[in-house]
Amino acid sequence: MKKQKTDQPESSRRKFLGKLWLGLGAIALIELVGLILTYLRPGKPRGSDDAGTVVEAGAVEKFLPDSVTAFVRGKFYLCRLEDGGFLALSRKCTHLGCTVPWVDKEKKFACPCHGSAFDIRGEVISPPAPRPLDAYAVSIENNVVKVNTKRPIKRSEFRKEALVYPKKA
Amino acid sequence: MRPAQQNDPVAEQLSLFRRVGYSIFPGMARQPEKRRGYRHFFNTLILHFRPRIVPERTLRFTLTWGLGGMAVVLVFMLIGTGLLLKFAYEPFPGRAYDSIVHLQNEVLFGQLIRNIHHWSANLLLVVVFLHFLRVFFTGAFHSPRQFNWIFGLTLFVTVLLSNFTGYLLPWDQLAYWAITICTGMLEYMPFGGAKIQHWIRGGTEIGPATLSNFYAIHTAILPGCVIILMAFHFWRVRKAGGLVMPRGPDEDAPSRGETVPTIPNLILREVVVALVLIAGILVLSVVLNAPLEAKANPGLSPNPTKAPWYFMGFQEMLLHFHPLFALFVIPFLIMCALVSIPYMRYPETTPGVWFVSSKGRRMALTGAVTGLIATPIGILLDEYVIDVVAWIPGIPSLLSNGVIPLALILAGVWGFYSVMKRRYGASREETVQMVFVFFLTAFVILTVTGIWFRGTAMKLAWP
Ligand code: HEM
Ligand code: FES
Repeated sequence: MKKQKTDQPESSRRKFLGKLWLGLGAIALIELVGLILTYLRPGKPRGSDDAGTVVEAGAVEKFLPDSVTAFVRGKFYLCRLEDGGFLALSRKCTHLGCTVPWVDKEKKFACPCHGSAFDIRGEVISPPAPRPLDAYAVSIENNVVKVNTKRPIKRSEFRKEALVYPKKA
Repeated sequence: MRPAQQNDPVAEQLSLFRRVGYSIFPGMARQPEKRRGYRHFFNTLILHFRPRIVPERTLRFTLTWGLGGMAVVLVFMLIGTGLLLKFAYEPFPGRAYDSIVHLQNEVLFGQLIRNIHHWSANLLLVVVFLHFLRVFFTGAFHSPRQFNWIFGLTLFVTVLLSNFTGYLLPWDQLAYWAITICTGMLEYMPFGGAKIQHWIRGGTEIGPATLSNFYAIHTAILPGCVIILMAFHFWRVRKAGGLVMPRGPDEDAPSRGETVPTIPNLILREVVVALVLIAGILVLSVVLNAPLEAKANPGLSPNPTKAPWYFMGFQEMLLHFHPLFALFVIPFLIMCALVSIPYMRYPETTPGVWFVSSKGRRMALTGAVTGLIATPIGILLDEYVIDVVAWIPGIPSLLSNGVIPLALILAGVWGFYSVMKRRYGASREETVQMVFVFFLTAFVILTVTGIWFRGTAMKLAWP
């Protein structure tokens, strides 16, 4: 067999073709990675259409002022403040996501995980939680309180406008 | 060239057994004078992986403490028991817990297999960490082993992730909440932490998608990575001409010295370590069951909810620092420091000497004692005395619990470093080691505090 000449300087055409291969290979690799990442992207969770995200909490009178009612299936608390305003709070601690129970005796949400505490309006009483509990949109139709649990609303502080009041009869 | 051996009269006369044997191991038939039964076969097999000879000095137990070898044994134990567990385990939130209970109560040796997997996994972390310390303290990260240190760090991270992804699989309260808070931490990471969290959870909350992600990562991706990384790790040990040569603090760098055949000198030692380790794990797995708490209940967080023990140091930091610092800035700095250790400029190096030199030993001890005193004081001060928010109302917590304390700590360490450096006239190697020991002690104390001194609502408490 003839020995291949290796000591000859590479022709520019060969160099070019080599680079071309390299470039095409790189593009193919990027496409592959993109494909895999797209495949792995979390899609819509199964059975999560809009139906069922609006929870009917019940008639306005059922909720006394200055009380907190837990909704286990909806994963939220319906709080009625002293002045009668409604607020729906996520039960997920804003620190690292533990479920916060309402401690009625001390009138606060006390996170068991790292000791954060929130008041009835969801505001942080003691850290490490960095922001108030997330809220859900509340609406009152025909004297029935409804909570839309589709999207938690992140807040940096409690605002009075967030409260929903029943229409004065 | 020998002619083709079609009608080899010798082979014709052999028993069927022998002929089949030779067909499997042809080498034995071709070199009958060299073979002594199957031993030859195994020897040549072993020599595919190990050097033929090794320097006698590196066989000393007090060089390696058998730690790297133990890590290998544990990895194989984990793969073996893991494959068996796969037959029983069902990765669905409604069924995972029940499949484990079934495995433990109904399957013969089911509990034992689970225990072996559990204890091997936890022991692997300890062993790998000790191995990492021994490599550091014998200066085995210096050239030409610099990049193997990086391979080692990568292995360490991979082993940590393996443990972590396995933690969720039993789907009990312990698992569910530990993974909730650990993945919750990602939200504080800048540059797409929330996005990464969404990806690994496969949604906004821990659920079926999280479990199937963790299952795939734990049982396929990470074991694959560990095996590939281990292959590179050992190849680099070979490339470096074997292990670092051990020597005393005042000895000159030794030459390779006398070499001895790997078989039996090294192999025998390795087998002894492996057998003792396996026996130990079996005993442990017979007497101590892997924990399994109540089935996961997303509505009820246990009090206190703790991260797995190996993340306890970070969890403890989380109580003192702003999450961005505890989970991102500080780990990032630690990783940068570890990666740069072998690449710093050392005017002189002493690979193979435990703790660099006699002076290095004294300085390391000072570093450890300082860490031992300063860390608990820091924890107590932060818990009971310091209340920046009351002192300077309205200060953003990024400053009060992040920039300021970290800057103070780093300034303190810098002061300590300068004083010690001047006082001892120490070399770079000695000072780096001292600072390493200081942070190591601090981290161990944070971990111990998190595991044993945190009671309900994460208040400080006696164990
Ligand atoms: C799954 C994890 C690991 C396994 C299975 C493993 C295994 C081993 C083995 C068998 C050796 C031969 C010497 C001995 O037994 O000590 C070794 C050497 C070494 N390892 Fe690891 N290791 C792991 C993790 C690490 C880590 C976390 C580091 C440090 C960051 C590291 C850095 C090194 C270095 C630099 C050497 C060469 C030491 C010398 O030449 O004396 N390895 N490893
Ligand atoms: S998760 Fe609530 S305080 Fe940490």
